[in-house]
Amino acid sequence: MKFGIVVFPGTWSEHDTYYAVHDVLGQPARLVWHKETDISDCDAIVLPGGFSYGDYLRCGAIARFSPVMESVREFAERGGPVIGICNGFQVLCEAGLLPGALIRNEHLEFRCEWVNLRVERAGTVFTNSAVQGQLLRVPISHGEGNWQADDDTVRRVEDGGQVLLRYADADGNVSGGSNPNGSINSIAGLMSEQGNVLGLMPHPEKACEDLIGGADGNVLFDSMIRSAATATL
Amino acid sequence: MPVSQETLSEIALSRAEYEAIVDRLGREPGDLELGLFGALWSEHCGYKHTKPLLRRLPGESSRLLVAPGAENAGVIDIGDGLAIAMKIESHNHPSAVEPLQGAATGVGGIVRDIFAMGARPIALLDSLRFGMPDQDERVRYLIHGVVGGISWYGNCIGIPNVGGETSFDRSYAGNPLVNAMCVGLIENARIMSATAKNPGDLLVLVGADTGRDGIHGASGLASRTFGEQAEMRSAVQVGNPFLEKVLIEACLKAIEIPGVNGMQDCGAAGLTSAAIEMAERSGMALRLDVARVPRREDGMTPYEVMLSESQERMLLAVEERAVAAVTALFEDWDLDATVIGEFHNGSAVAIYDGDELVSETPIEPLTGAPEYSFSAPKPEWLTGLQSTDPGASGLPGVTPAEALSRMLASPNIASKRPVFRQYDHHVQTNTVVEPGGDAAVLRLKGTTRAIAISTDCNGRLCYLDPRIGAQIAVAEACRNLACVGAEPLALTDGLNFGDPETATVQYQLTECVEGIREAATAFGIPVVSGNASLYNESAGKAIFPTPIIGALGLLEDATKHATISFKREGDVILLLGRAQPWDGVETLAGSEFNAVFHDEANGQPVIDLDLELRVQELCRSAVRASLLNSAHDCSDGGLAVSVAESAVTGGFGAQVTAALPQRWDAALFGEGQSRIIVSLSEEKFAELRALAGKLDVPIVRLGTVGGDAIEFGDASLPLAIAADAWEHGFERATAG
Repeated sequence: MKFGIVVFPGTWSEHDTYYAVHDVLGQPARLVWHKETDISDCDAIVLPGGFSYGDYLRCGAIARFSPVMESVREFAERGGPVIGICNGFQVLCEAGLLPGALIRNEHLEFRCEWVNLRVERAGTVFTNSAVQGQLLRVPISHGEGNWQADDDTVRRVEDGGQVLLRYADADGNVSGGSNPNGSINSIAGLMSEQGNVLGLMPHPEKACEDLIGGADGNVLFDSMIRSAATATL
Repeated sequence: MPVSQETLSEIALSRAEYEAIVDRLGREPGDLELGLFGALWSEHCGYKHTKPLLRRLPGESSRLLVAPGAENAGVIDIGDGLAIAMKIESHNHPSAVEPLQGAATGVGGIVRDIFAMGARPIALLDSLRFGMPDQDERVRYLIHGVVGGISWYGNCIGIPNVGGETSFDRSYAGNPLVNAMCVGLIENARIMSATAKNPGDLLVLVGADTGRDGIHGASGLASRTFGEQAEMRSAVQVGNPFLEKVLIEACLKAIEIPGVNGMQDCGAAGLTSAAIEMAERSGMALRLDVARVPRREDGMTPYEVMLSESQERMLLAVEERAVAAVTALFEDWDLDATVIGEFHNGSAVAIYDGDELVSETPIEPLTGAPEYSFSAPKPEWLTGLQSTDPGASGLPGVTPAEALSRMLASPNIASKRPVFRQYDHHVQTNTVVEPGGDAAVLRLKGTTRAIAISTDCNGRLCYLDPRIGAQIAVAEACRNLACVGAEPLALTDGLNFGDPETATVQYQLTECVEGIREAATAFGIPVVSGNASLYNESAGKAIFPTPIIGALGLLEDATKHATISFKREGDVILLLGRAQPWDGVETLAGSEFNAVFHDEANGQPVIDLDLELRVQELCRSAVRASLLNSAHDCSDGGLAVSVAESAVTGGFGAQVTAALPQRWDAALFGEGQSRIIVSLSEEKFAELRALAGKLDVPIVRLGTVGGDAIEFGDASLPLAIAADAWEHGFERATAG
């Protein structure tokens, strides 16, 4: 599966993502500059973390207007897998590819720490290498990861099984104490209705090897690779 | 017409210095020239009071690729075609005036120094000093602003912030210290130089437009004590981390273009310092046209353009054939790249405003700031302080367990997680040992190896004995490396002192540099870069002398490292460096215990560098042989605090069995040097003892890991209470 990793000015997770999917998981990958429009060689698109355009306006609000985003939208509409990590999640919400919005963390501080993510639904494009209820230990690194939406939207994403990942404690319990940013229902990762676009605030690419604290993040990329392999069979 | 005193004090030049300028030029300097001299002869750029001292520091190593002082940062060979550029720099005065922007631009500045060398910045560390947070609302404002500024700027540029220290003493109340260290990785040994190669090379300014911010930052803020802080606010620069991030990427790509010959950052004193130092290093003359410099504001004079400290700007020396490629590259990143000058044969800098020649000045006197040597006697008050018995105040009216709880909650000891969790420390996915340990460990992708980095300095000990205190700073920074299993390779120093025109500060400065020299020589490692920040005073009182030491170490096998936390019930707890568990009352000298319980700093700090080297060798060898399950430096707060930190971070209790002596204060909290607390499984004890015997290092068995309390003899503190004190002490102290 060839990963296309989009680079906006201010993106900083592109090399980490490249390393995780290419060097650790052995997949072909390339960096896609935000001014490019032809991404037809890619089988999956990653919008990585960082501070696109400095996030001086709302996070992701300028990046969504980059030339590449029209191609990403078309790619997603055709059913191609797209994963937005941290700033990439913010861009996907701003672009309307995912519902809701990410606002400042409830405590108003930037937060960098390891969190536990509970897999709410297995068997999706992004979680078919996981089992339901499995805990993934992955770092967060954000100041604006507090996912908010109106009640109807919240109901829709919950009822529709779009919530793939929730912040939990080390025993898998979800509570206010295990929520690092104030997100509604401790939502950490959210999938589109069609099931091919995922946005998440935590950084799976930063949990790619035991030497740097753990490799649980590979589960998401592994799932994407496995889905593609199944689809081609 | 003779220059007015007002003009001279605005640019912080003395009358004698002015006369020296006239003498060396053979004429009166023009207005612009005077500004150039003010900036280049400032303490910040010219190192007037420190150059003769800094020359004494050891600067040699077979691993040295770029010598200290030759470029923007020193460079150390770490094998496999890889090299490390590293430097520490202060931004104290700007942070005192405007903490958020001051600290943020401090980070930005040191990062530019590093990527100017062609290095990808891979780590940041911060060494911070503030007044006591529980006593002063402004101190809390400064802490909040400085941490916020580092978080804001550092997180945005995608460089992990992996360590440093934050500590507190009243002497820093009006004058906090904000020292930022950056470490960069150079691949394929491709080092950039801040020079032009040939006459005809063009000077290209890239990055931000130039505005009026930061004028007189170097000569004003950094080079004298300041009374009315609010009035100096316009001298603080404003940062744009997004621009810095794209500038890093574009510049690291630009150096791959053939014909891009040199790179230099625009830091203190802006274009003046950057362009003129570049010409001086190249041994060439420079013609520079300020009219070509892209402006952020209308109506700027040549003086303002030359002195502006607008951030996020770099200078490149580019051959004419490469200019189009450079411009196109920067355009792709939506950045300006403008040819503003040209190097040629000669020895003067000519500054034009369009067609009009504004000044033409020989470079040699501009970059040849005067040097002031001094030797001041030891102050009498210090002799008195050193001969005071640090145990004279006797035992406090609390139990040993209560004392431990209070020590763990002291903001100097308590966990700094509330600070470092605001900094991204995982980005670039190299972080093997995270902040909160003795040293950070970063693996080197594509190799089996890793580097370790730490910063250290106990200002209180340097106050009590500047020479010994500085030796201890070097020893502790290296001991931190030994605790993770790394061998020290190089040092960088951030010298933070008061007014160098006073005898006391002259004594402190001279002695501290001598102490660094002695210790670095003992360790056999060079001081590859550094920075001096003087005039750190407020209300006429100097800060503690604070020579902050940044240390770089190497691990041959990244998987063989240690962390501070206890790992297993039943493991043996050992003290390396002593044959007996308890030190005597003399080790309370300058201790955190005496500060917390008696509000005093006195006594004579000591260190035996020979023992120190052996203890470090033992710890490093034991980590490499996979004998240890944990290793933790014994420093601030002494043995009890060190054991408690290993216990709390591991989630295990500890039983130290030896009975406490009558002076339990010194036994538990004395700060004798050259001690490391380790834990290991019983089966490996014999091997460790044999290794200790071979290396001639005393060791003593303290007890075992386990239980739900931290126990020393009869004294027992429940683990949960210790954890609560240590984990929340900082937040409570800074809550106001």
